[in-house]
Amino acid sequence: MIERALTGSSRYYGWMTLLGGLIGLGVISYAYQYNTGLGITGMSRDVSWGLYISQFTFLVGVAASAVMLVLPYYLHNYKTFGKIVVLGEFLAIASVTMCLLFILADLGKPMRALNVILHPTPNSILFWDMVVLNGYLFLNVLCGWVALLSEKKEVPPPKWIKPFIYLSIPWAVSIHTVTAFLYAGLPGRHFWLTAIMAPRFLASAFAGGPALLIILCLIVKRVSKFDAGKEAISKLTTIVTYAALLNIFFVLLEVFTAFYSNIPGHMHTLQYLFAGLHGHAQLVPWMWTSTILGVGAILALLTVPGLREKEGLLALTCGALFISLWIDKGLGLVLGGFVPSPMEAVTEYHPSAPEILITIGIWSIGFFILSALYRVAISIKEEKMV
Amino acid sequence: MYNTGKVLTGLVLFVGFITYPFWGGEASPVPKLQKPEKEKQCIEPVAFMRAQHMQMLDDWRNDVVRQATRKYTAVDGKQHNMSLQNTCMKCHTSKKEFCDKCHTYAGVSPFCWTCHVPPKETT
Amino acid sequence: MAIDRRDFLKVAGLTTVIGLTGGGLELLRPGDLDASAPGHEPAAAPGAKQWGMLVDMSRKENWQACIEACHNLHNVPSIDDKKEEIKWIWQAPFQEVFPGSESAYMSDVMKARQFMVLCNHCAEPACVRVCPTKATFKRPEDGIVMMDMHRCIGCRFCMAGCPYGARSFNWREPRLDALTLKGGRKINLEYPTRERGVVEKCTFCAERVDEGKQPACVEATRNGGLVFGDLNDPHSEIRQLLRVKSTIRRKPEVGTNPSIFYVV
Repeated sequence: MIERALTGSSRYYGWMTLLGGLIGLGVISYAYQYNTGLGITGMSRDVSWGLYISQFTFLVGVAASAVMLVLPYYLHNYKTFGKIVVLGEFLAIASVTMCLLFILADLGKPMRALNVILHPTPNSILFWDMVVLNGYLFLNVLCGWVALLSEKKEVPPPKWIKPFIYLSIPWAVSIHTVTAFLYAGLPGRHFWLTAIMAPRFLASAFAGGPALLIILCLIVKRVSKFDAGKEAISKLTTIVTYAALLNIFFVLLEVFTAFYSNIPGHMHTLQYLFAGLHGHAQLVPWMWTSTILGVGAILALLTVPGLREKEGLLALTCGALFISLWIDKGLGLVLGGFVPSPMEAVTEYHPSAPEILITIGIWSIGFFILSALYRVAISIKEEKMV
Repeated sequence: MYNTGKVLTGLVLFVGFITYPFWGGEASPVPKLQKPEKEKQCIEPVAFMRAQHMQMLDDWRNDVVRQATRKYTAVDGKQHNMSLQNTCMKCHTSKKEFCDKCHTYAGVSPFCWTCHVPPKETT
Repeated sequence: MAIDRRDFLKVAGLTTVIGLTGGGLELLRPGDLDASAPGHEPAAAPGAKQWGMLVDMSRKENWQACIEACHNLHNVPSIDDKKEEIKWIWQAPFQEVFPGSESAYMSDVMKARQFMVLCNHCAEPACVRVCPTKATFKRPEDGIVMMDMHRCIGCRFCMAGCPYGARSFNWREPRLDALTLKGGRKINLEYPTRERGVVEKCTFCAERVDEGKQPACVEATRNGGLVFGDLNDPHSEIRQLLRVKSTIRRKPEVGTNPSIFYVV
């Protein structure tokens, strides 16, 4: 079945070649980092995590969002998602792979990564994150592949796969909850030390992931004969709308707690992100862009009549929302947590060129895997349509 | 089978090539290591040290760093400070003439020296 | 369908309850599992020490000499770039060391004072709790928060976890500096250097303490500015001093229970 990834139009090959080139640049940059040390990045003693860990955090959300298709389809028998549920699972596979690569890229001693398994440490949340991420990767490879195989053979999925599918539902919630615990359990970081971190993570995940999925479905419709269908897209749009609303609500709760209580530690990071602190304001334009795009997208989703039928506008709205959430979680949340430092210093972080190339390289690996897997799935779906 | 002759010849050549070190030429001579001037006897018998020093150093580093144990009691009952830099290298004063020679011969590259400081490096 | 939605939810609910009441909570208690691993004694073994330090800033000391004693002994590289610097013990003003306790009307003496800062060797260290490989751990016999550089994978979770900024990461090859003997420094042949990619910090001079000596910074003091001793021993000098002096600790509200006490 996998050999179908090798067949496709010249456009498909062109796209994969482009990704291959970007991956190559990433690999070269990583070789440089591997041989020189993480000093080639923009990270520092004060901002000790940067682009890699923030991308990892964001992508865990995209991975978890597959559950928004799996849950309605398998648990509530919502048949409309049957056609696209495998697209969600394959998106999860690509995302989790990127997550693992980002963690690996961030390690000072990547060759010692297996120490996490050789010396298992259950009191470390990072240990559990390793467990749940690898488990989720396994579950999605298994469930996605078996379902697709049955679709190809035109038989119902085997009974033994059901427990794995059901397991994948709470597992999806667990990957993002555990990832939130990485931050929410640290005593000296006010911005992260909040019980609402996990719900916030899940809300932004269930908005951002399905938004990306809508865009992907619309692209697939353009480049192949497979159409996810109006109803599926419409339902996904509803999920995106309410998850995005919840996410904004959660963010506002954080703002209220910080500013009404007037506790300096709780306000500092929010001030840094949205207004600047002690003259440092490099993330301010980003955060306002995120706010405007996010609020704009939600308003469009709620008010524009017939938005779900206007594919171009829908894609644009989903794109705006996705970028908004990427800035919020993929930049602001992780980087903001380090400002101010435990010694009240404001140190700014600028990712370096090789760091950005490695980041683009890993995203390209993700899209490479995603495109190959989608190619397999779509070719089977096209076959059945004739 | 097509091209039986060519395939077989190729296989024979390939096997011959990769097994050459075992049957052809002479083994390179065992390197002569610089022996300490003052001490006659290492903390354990030479045969044991030759075969087990890597395991011993690995145990040492765990004992010292993780178990807060710093004394090693040898078979002869003598106690030694478990330290590569402060015990081993006090007798084996040249990394180049002792460690490296044999490691190069055996084709191994341990990473002790990326942190630990050999005596001659500063001169 | 073999399992319907109701059945699934029942099972899911039941396992959650079991998880939260049974094994789940046990796992959340930091240190327990660590201590039960072979070769480790329980953290609060009877007769176990907890080394601590009293930093008396009212004493006249050559604090710079303490820093140099430590950094020279442990081959800590001196890196000019603030972003990549490595420090085991250093000086910082009041508002950095005790954020939240500063006042707009602080005395001139306090404003000018540079406080000695080092790892707090907390009784309940957050860095140990978050480390995924036990590369940083608390020695059960004397409470020193130790670093195993052979095991550290360089994930820097401990740096995010430490509420005191006590940890440094080797962003680049740290030996170049130590070996080129920058600024007339000599390398200490009795102590290792580090590789790039690992985290390091003050170890309370574990190598000296194991030989019954005092930490290097304490030895470098002249007027009792630093006092090192066992906090678990009511008769120790440090406990006697703590009984009569007014001391504060850094960020007591984060629950790490620091072992460094300050006379400000």
